[in-house]
Amino acid sequence: MSSDLTSVPKGIAGPSNFLDERIGGANFLKRNLRKIFPDHWSFLLGEIALYAFILLLLTGTFLTFWFKPSMGEIAYNGSYAPLKGVMMSEAYASSLEISFDVRGGLLVRQMHHWAALLFVAGMMVHMLRVFFTGAYRKPRELNWLIGVLLLTLALVEGLTGYSLPDDLLSGAGLRITEGVAISLPLVGTYITFFLFGGEYPGEDIISRFYSLHILLIPGLILALVSAHLVLMWVQKHTQMPGKGRTNKNVVGAPFYPAFMAKAGAYTLFTFAVVAGLATFTQINPIWLFGPYTPADISAGSQPDWYMGFLEGSLRLMPSWEINLFGTSHAGTLPLSVIIPALVPLGLVMTGLALYPFLERWITGDHREHHVADRPRNNPHRTSIGMSAIVFYGVLWLLGANDELSANFQISLNWTTYAGRVLVFVLPALAYIITYRVCLGLQRSDSAVVSHGVESGVIKRLPHGEFIEIHTPPADDIEAHVRGKEAVPMLPVEADGAGIPPKGMRGPLGKLRARMSRAYGGEKIALDEGHGHGHGHEDEHAAIGSGEDRSLTH
Amino acid sequence: MTDIEHEIEQPDERVPKRVIGTPAPGTSMLGDGGPAARDAEVAGVTYQDETKARKAEKIVALCFTITFLAAIAFIISYVVFQVGSPEKTAISNLALGGSLTLALLGLAVGIVVWVRQIMPKYSLIQERHPMVSDEDSREVVAETFLQGAKESGFVKRPLLRRTLLLAAAPLGLIPLVLLRDLDNSKMPGAKFNETLRHTVWGEKTKEGKPLRLVVEGTGQPIRAADFNSPGGILSVVPEGYQHDLNALAKATLILIKFRPDEIKSGTNLNWTHDGIVAYSKICTHVGCPAALYEQTTHHILCPCHQSTFDAADGAKVIFGPAARPLPQLPITVDDQGYLIAKGDFAVPPGPSYWERGDAEAEARAKGGHA
Repeated sequence: MSSDLTSVPKGIAGPSNFLDERIGGANFLKRNLRKIFPDHWSFLLGEIALYAFILLLLTGTFLTFWFKPSMGEIAYNGSYAPLKGVMMSEAYASSLEISFDVRGGLLVRQMHHWAALLFVAGMMVHMLRVFFTGAYRKPRELNWLIGVLLLTLALVEGLTGYSLPDDLLSGAGLRITEGVAISLPLVGTYITFFLFGGEYPGEDIISRFYSLHILLIPGLILALVSAHLVLMWVQKHTQMPGKGRTNKNVVGAPFYPAFMAKAGAYTLFTFAVVAGLATFTQINPIWLFGPYTPADISAGSQPDWYMGFLEGSLRLMPSWEINLFGTSHAGTLPLSVIIPALVPLGLVMTGLALYPFLERWITGDHREHHVADRPRNNPHRTSIGMSAIVFYGVLWLLGANDELSANFQISLNWTTYAGRVLVFVLPALAYIITYRVCLGLQRSDSAVVSHGVESGVIKRLPHGEFIEIHTPPADDIEAHVRGKEAVPMLPVEADGAGIPPKGMRGPLGKLRARMSRAYGGEKIALDEGHGHGHGHEDEHAAIGSGEDRSLTH
Repeated sequence: MTDIEHEIEQPDERVPKRVIGTPAPGTSMLGDGGPAARDAEVAGVTYQDETKARKAEKIVALCFTITFLAAIAFIISYVVFQVGSPEKTAISNLALGGSLTLALLGLAVGIVVWVRQIMPKYSLIQERHPMVSDEDSREVVAETFLQGAKESGFVKRPLLRRTLLLAAAPLGLIPLVLLRDLDNSKMPGAKFNETLRHTVWGEKTKEGKPLRLVVEGTGQPIRAADFNSPGGILSVVPEGYQHDLNALAKATLILIKFRPDEIKSGTNLNWTHDGIVAYSKICTHVGCPAALYEQTTHHILCPCHQSTFDAADGAKVIFGPAARPLPQLPITVDDQGYLIAKGDFAVPPGPSYWERGDAEAEARAKGGHA
C-alpha cells in the first residue's frame, strides 16, 4: 500500500497559489471546505432534479447540433423508409435525422426526454419533502419562492420542448395550447396571433418555441437554480430532529471529501438511470406518429406526465360557455376552457407560494427554524398537503380517462361523471384521514416515549396477570421523537373581561384567532401517551375543536 | 507546468533555488497538516476498520475497472454499429446505451462504496448563527444609505427625481412596442377576429367555381353518387389547400352519409345533399380534430377531451367540455356530380374566443340556420 500524503502535491499547490494570490480563495475555502451537510434520504430528492437539469443541458446541446427549428415544408429524404417522400416540416425531418441517421442520436434524444420527466418529478417530490417537513419556514421562504418559480418555469420549458419535433402528437399539444390561449377574455386572439405570428399554426411557432426552450427559459432556470443553491449554502441545510441536533447547530458529514464524493456518485446514478431508461424504454417514437397536420389526430394522445393534470381538468369540465353581452361581436367567455386551464394551476401555484406566509400569519411564529418537522407533528399542514396531492392526483388520473376506460372496461362518460364529484370529495376525505393518521402516529410516539417499546418478554405477576415488559427506546430514536415541538399558536385567549387580544377583534382577526387555535397547539403531548386502545381521552382533540391541550402538559 | 510557473514566480533572492523532487517552497493554502495532525482522533470522525476497508477497496477497484471496460465498449460500439434503419438504430441504441449505463453505474457504485466503507463515518457539528446581521452593522448600513441619498441629491432635488421617473417610463415600454411585429400577418389587431370568422370554403377556384370537397391524403374529388357508405365517415379538405396548414386548421371537414330517416331536426337539410352531411372536423372546445365516429349511435368523438357530438342531430354536444355544435357546411354538387361547398360556414368553426360573440344568433337573424 502506498503511504499517505504529507504535503500538498505540487500539481495542486501550484495552481492553488496562483489563484489565491489573485482572488484570495483560501479565505472562502477555509470556511467552506469542511462545511457540514446533514444526512437524510429525503434531502437527496432535490438533487435528482439538479442532476437531471445538468443532463438536460448536456443532451440538449447535443440535439441542437442537428435540429432545425423550421416549419418550412420539405419532402422527407432520410433513411426511415415508411415516410420517404412525405411532405413535412424541416423540424420533423431533422428530428427523424437525429433518431435514425446520427449515431447515438436516438439515445441522446430519449435521454433528453427521460431526463425532462425526471427533472420535473424530482422537483415535485423535493417540493413535497420541503413542504411536509416545514423546511420552507423562516429563514427559507425566499428559497421556497424560487422553488415555486422554478417549477412553473420547468412546466413551460417542458411544454415548449415537446412541441418542437412537430410530429402529430406534439402538434396536438400545440393545438390545445392555442385553444386555451385564444379562449382568454379580451386578449385571447391578440395573444394567439402574436404567439403564432398570425393564424394557427402559421410558420413561426417552432422557431419561437425553440429560442424560448434553448435560451430564455433554461437561462432563467440556471440563474434561479444557482440562487437556490447559494441560498441553501449560506443558510445551511435543515436537519431532521435527533441526538445532539438543535436549531443552533448542524450535524453531519463535511463537504470535502465525503459530501462531495457522494454528490458526484449521485450525479452519476441519475445519469445512469436516465441512460438505462433511454436504452431499454422507448419514449416518444415520433416516427410512428407522422408529420403534423391540423386535420388529423390519433386516439389516446397524451401529454408528458406533468401536464396530465391540466389535461384532466380540461376533460372534467362541464360545457359552460357564457355570452356576456348577448351581442354577436364580443363577450364570449368559454368557461369550459378558461376555468380548467387556469384555476387548478393557479390554485396550486398560488397556494404553494403563499403557504409560508399564511402559516406564519396564523401561528405568529417569527423564529428561525433549522430542524425539520416530522410531518405527523404538524397534522393540519400535512393534511392540507395530502389533500392537495389528492386533488392533483384525481385531475392527473382523469387526464388519462380514455386509457382507464379502454383498459379497465369502464364507461368513459362515467369516469368523467365520477371525476367531477371525486375531485371535490377525495381531497376532503384525504384531509380527514391524514389528520387522524397524524394524531395516531403522535399517540404512538408518545407511547414509545412514556412506556418504552415492547421487549417481547412476558412476565407473570404474583396475582396471575400477564404483562409484557417494556424497555426504554434506543437513545437515537428517543431523541428523534423528542425533537417534536408544538405548533406555535397566537395568544388568542380572551382576558378576564372577555376581551380578545389586540388584532383578534375584527372579523379578520377573529378568523385568524380561530384558525390559529385549530392549526396550532399540541394535539397529543409526548409524555402522556396511553398506548393503543387507551386513547379515549385523546379523541377529543378533533379538527378545529379548540379543545387541544396546550404545551404545559 | 506548475513546476515551471513556480520557478518563475519565486523571487530568487528570497527563496533558495529548489532541488528537484523536494516539496515546493512556501506555505500552501491547503494547510500543511502533517501525519500527526491528520491521524489524531477528531471527535465525530470515526475511521473504518482497516480489514473491511481493504475488502471494500477491491470492490471499488472492480467497479472502476467495469467503467473502464464499458467506456471502451461504448467507443467500439460507436464505430462498429452503424445507423440508418430502425433495426440498425435499435442495435446501435442498445449497444451505446447499455455500455454508457454500465460505465456510469460502475463509477457511481464504486464511489458510493468508497464513501461508505473506506472514508470515515462523520458526525461533525457546526454552529449555526442567526441569519440576521448584528444591530451595529444594520445601523451602519442605514446611516450609509441616508448619507448616500443625501450626497446624491435625489431627495432634495424634486425636478431631478421627477424627470428621471418621466424618462424611465417610456423607456420601459420600448421592449413591449418592439414585440408588435410578432404578428406577421401585417393586419391591424382589430381584424384578427374577423380573420377567424372565415375559412377558405367561402372562396372560389381560379375559374370562379366553388371549391370541391376532396379526400384528405389522396386529394380525390368526391362524386356524390359514389359516396355511399352509410355509417362511415370521410375526412375532407378543400380542393387546392391540401398542404396549407393554416387553411386546414379551420376548414377540415368530416363527411357522413345518412339514410333520410336518420337525420333529425338539428341538421339543416338544405345544406345536405342526398343524405350527405358535412361538419367541421375542428372541435369547438380547443380545436383538436374530432376524428372518431361511432356509426351505431352517430356519435362524433374528439379524442383529446372526449367532447361528443350527435352527427344525426346537427352535431349538437351530448357529452364533454365542448359548448357548441360542430358547424355544418352547406354543400351541393356541381354539374359533374362532385361535391362542392355552397359557401362558407355560417358561424366560425373551431374554439371559442372573446370576439366570437353569439355568432349563432347573428346567423339566425340573417335568416340562416346555425
